[in-house]
Amino acid sequence: MTIKEIFDTMSYGPAPESSAEALAWLAKHKNSFGHWIDGAFTKPGQTFATKNPATGTELAQVTQGTDTDVTTAVAAARRAQPKWAALSGHQRAKHLYALARLVQKHSRLLAVLETMDNGKPIRESRDIDIPLVARHFYYHAGLAQLLASELPEQRPLGVCGAIIPWNFPLLMLAWKVAPALAAGNTVVLKPAEYTPLTALLFAELTREAGLPRGVLNIVTGDGETGAALTAHPGTDKIAFTGSTSVGRKIREATAGTGKALTLELGGKSPYIVYDDADLDSAVEGLVDAIWFNQGQVCCAGSRLLVHEGVADRFYTKLKRRMDGLRLGDPLDKCIDVGAIVDPVQLASITAMVDANTQGTTYRAACDVPAGCFYPPTLITGLSAASTLMQEEIFGPVLVSMTFRTPEEAVALANNTRYGLAATVWTENINLALDVAPKLRAGVVWVNATNLFDAAAGFGGVRESGFGREGGWEGLLAYLRPATAAKPLKRITAFPEPKTPVIPDLDRTAKLYIGGKQARPDGAYSQPVYSPGGKLQGHSGIGNRKDIRNAVEAAHAAKSWARTTGHARAQILYFIAENLSARAPEFAARLRDLTGTNGQPEVDAAIDRLFTYAAWADKYDGQAKSVPLRGVALAMNEPVGVIGMLAPDEAPLLGLISLMAPAIAMGNTCVIVPSEPFPLAATDFYQVLDTSDLPAGVVNIVTGPHADLAKPMATHLDVDAVWSFSSTPLSAAIETQSAGNLKRTWVNHGKARDWFGPQAQGREFLRHATAVKTIWVPYGE
Amino acid sequence: MQTLTHTLLPQLSAQGHPRNPGMPLDLDWVASAQANTSAIERRAATLPGRRSVKKDHQAAWLCKAVSLIDLTTLSGDDTAGRVQRLCAKARQPVAPWMLERLGMTGLTTGAVCVYHDMVATAVRALEGTAIPVAAVSTGFPAGLSPLHLRLAEIGESVADGAAEIDIVISRRHVLTQNWQALYDETAAMRAACGEAHMKAILATGELGTLRNVARASLVCMMAGADFIKTSTGKEGVNATLPVTLTMVRAIRDYEDRTGFKVGYKPAGGIAKAKDALVYLSMMKDELGHDWLQPDLFRFGASSLLGDIERQLEHHLTGAYSAANRHAMG
Repeated sequence: MTIKEIFDTMSYGPAPESSAEALAWLAKHKNSFGHWIDGAFTKPGQTFATKNPATGTELAQVTQGTDTDVTTAVAAARRAQPKWAALSGHQRAKHLYALARLVQKHSRLLAVLETMDNGKPIRESRDIDIPLVARHFYYHAGLAQLLASELPEQRPLGVCGAIIPWNFPLLMLAWKVAPALAAGNTVVLKPAEYTPLTALLFAELTREAGLPRGVLNIVTGDGETGAALTAHPGTDKIAFTGSTSVGRKIREATAGTGKALTLELGGKSPYIVYDDADLDSAVEGLVDAIWFNQGQVCCAGSRLLVHEGVADRFYTKLKRRMDGLRLGDPLDKCIDVGAIVDPVQLASITAMVDANTQGTTYRAACDVPAGCFYPPTLITGLSAASTLMQEEIFGPVLVSMTFRTPEEAVALANNTRYGLAATVWTENINLALDVAPKLRAGVVWVNATNLFDAAAGFGGVRESGFGREGGWEGLLAYLRPATAAKPLKRITAFPEPKTPVIPDLDRTAKLYIGGKQARPDGAYSQPVYSPGGKLQGHSGIGNRKDIRNAVEAAHAAKSWARTTGHARAQILYFIAENLSARAPEFAARLRDLTGTNGQPEVDAAIDRLFTYAAWADKYDGQAKSVPLRGVALAMNEPVGVIGMLAPDEAPLLGLISLMAPAIAMGNTCVIVPSEPFPLAATDFYQVLDTSDLPAGVVNIVTGPHADLAKPMATHLDVDAVWSFSSTPLSAAIETQSAGNLKRTWVNHGKARDWFGPQAQGREFLRHATAVKTIWVPYGE
Repeated sequence: MQTLTHTLLPQLSAQGHPRNPGMPLDLDWVASAQANTSAIERRAATLPGRRSVKKDHQAAWLCKAVSLIDLTTLSGDDTAGRVQRLCAKARQPVAPWMLERLGMTGLTTGAVCVYHDMVATAVRALEGTAIPVAAVSTGFPAGLSPLHLRLAEIGESVADGAAEIDIVISRRHVLTQNWQALYDETAAMRAACGEAHMKAILATGELGTLRNVARASLVCMMAGADFIKTSTGKEGVNATLPVTLTMVRAIRDYEDRTGFKVGYKPAGGIAKAKDALVYLSMMKDELGHDWLQPDLFRFGASSLLGDIERQLEHHLTGAYSAANRHAMG
């Protein structure tokens, strides 16, 4: 074309970023890589190809990690860990700072290599991924520096296994490696099989940063390698980002091992456009939501909910914008949408969309190159029941439906198994700030989308996983309390004597469900004896239906979450007051049940209620300092309905130690009290009954822990299960929790001193809450 | 004269779009217009990174930018000699040898933009070319002289041969949300322009919010503006990408509802070739190819041309250029 012809057509023309340096780096390694273990590359083993999805050409051969490779890497990490943890925070900070600087110094090489391996547009890897990587290491250099003074009671976990996805290869590495290293852990990381190259380049940079050998190890391979790392007994934590189905397997595989676990999984995040929104900006937001990284983004705003009155206008604007998107060579600086990561993923997207028969499908009228590309697609007129409205497509496909009222938008938004992110567009601050807390998601963006920063926690609720990455809350996922726990002995009920002493008047303890005393569904009871053989009464033997009823009652009481901290504090104080009024009776009951003086336990229980009454309005969220004109609010939201197996050994204090932080933070709960000594709990519901606690906030089901743990752990409408039972149930609960990926907090057979400081405080509050990050950019 | 305007000046009617006749003031529409500043700023910040034009394409795009410049002098010390020199530059904006090698011989700027007193001088200096003369008018830049004088000023500039009138709106009507007054005044100015095309200068740097920019843009288009223009060049803040996004979105909405295309002119602060490329890609992506032609898009600029000349010479020779190698305007 002549210049005059271009002058007339004003076409863009090619604007390629050079791949020469990246190819030279690959060639330097003879296009063949082993693992990075103990500070050096191993010799390549059995290898497989990693390809450029935009061209289909092979970039390099990488090694399929074997069990032996994983073991070698974990051993290297284990050797390196004590020394790394023994470094001062400042020394670790200097290493992380050096890594941040090196990422910046090699930013273009990293960006180009990322684009070649993944298929994402160079604009994104250059302007988003790599700068966020550097930012993450800078931020965590700071956390390393401050850790000892700010979190003096915390210790590193040890060796962390990290398994990361292919959609943001180096960024996800940073999200795992930076906090792990800052906290004093060492790492074995397995990059995704499609996109291992930037991790290997980064490994090389760690040598330039002077990172001690073995602190970071990279083992490449496919899902088998990941499974080996997950199963390896030498890892103390698994941090996984990827699909919900694999996350579920990892939950099951790590169950009962005592390994810490964080899962950042899939999503079907709602993108709500209210009728007073700046529609053009909301359209641009969608470009950044669902056509960012070809829609292969776990938190992609993939489920568009539009106010019915503006839907037609909005769709018109959206379609026109779609038509203007430019698909093509990801290395071209003038491209909006690049290649799908792999033909397998392309086939999956294609199959899901082709199987849909509902609504109206609009494909962007832009040129689609041959190969691994999929056109930006919009499917309107779907209903909540449509498969594509529920299932994650993980491609550049937006599905949409309309709503009528603000409340209906929230209901539709929450009508999903997932809960990763949500986006809200409205010019009305009242509406925005009302809706944001109601959305079941770990991250909410107001009038923006896909904003990320190292200071702001990111992570999901429901089947989008648990744990946060970024911020102090993210660092805590790589730490544990300093105290070492002793094993917990099994505690059993006192046996029925040959000649029991029978009290004068029979007293019938019932279950406590929805604010009412309820007989157990099975109509079975068991006698409870004192150590001296005196019959203390009978307790109901609850079954799975009682758990079901209790969970329903707990859900019916969910308005508890919207009461103020002050109001919750008042009720906790009132419970303490009423317990205090009956202190001698409870002390006597505890003595009769356990054979020890009950007064100290009653006193401690009242003290504990005061503690959480105090906390109810003081466990503050944070306004995060993010690089944006706006705020990122970290709100401590209640987890939801928490099922609890209370400690056996402290029948009253143990129950209150779990119940009080949970309800102080706005949760509702279903508590199975001490199995051998249940009658303190059944006395206690009378106290609850007289303390203005709304019905259903606390439900008590007595019975055998082994029987009741399963219906609780498998219940798909329970958000968390805590177990401090002396029955060894930790493994079973963690396994069974995989159904809806509920959060678990179990004792792994370790004792806790319920009278001591480790039986209360921030650890309990953290488990009773989930951080929701609400991004509110502002400016007029 | 008026007929001549049409036949001689393709800059005003190259694509044959009908002029925007305006429409009754629709206050519901005006009130519903939104502009989320933060989102617009974020979009604007990523624009330069989203598009890139290289090599021959860049050269062609820069030539396009030249053809869209309203070469401007609006100074108290303007003289006939100064304006004549500017007009000569408008006729020959890039050295002949460069245009020849680019295959772009005959390239001129979009227009010449001067104060009323210089209109006649400019018209004479541009005789035989297709380059229109634009006059800033209506008590430019503040727009605070009596309305009858502002309207009369338009008439005089048109009589002197100005084919385009860059009017300034009354910012106070925007700041007090007096849309009726803004509409009435702007409609009267449009009527006074007759066959001359009217560019409505919003002086966005003085409107306080992007929402005001969006609403004022709509009102001016309803009142019959042929172009909406950001700035006089005399405000503290002139053309910016966020303001541009806001205004071109209003233009797009206006076309959607009325079918009429309204032109856009960013003015002030666009001094670099690179900036011009960003604006052009933005027009192409947001509004389409029609807004890359002089009847729907202009740059109000004085120093931009010099940077473009240097970039074009670099394109031709491979060596970075110097300002003194190019003729002054």
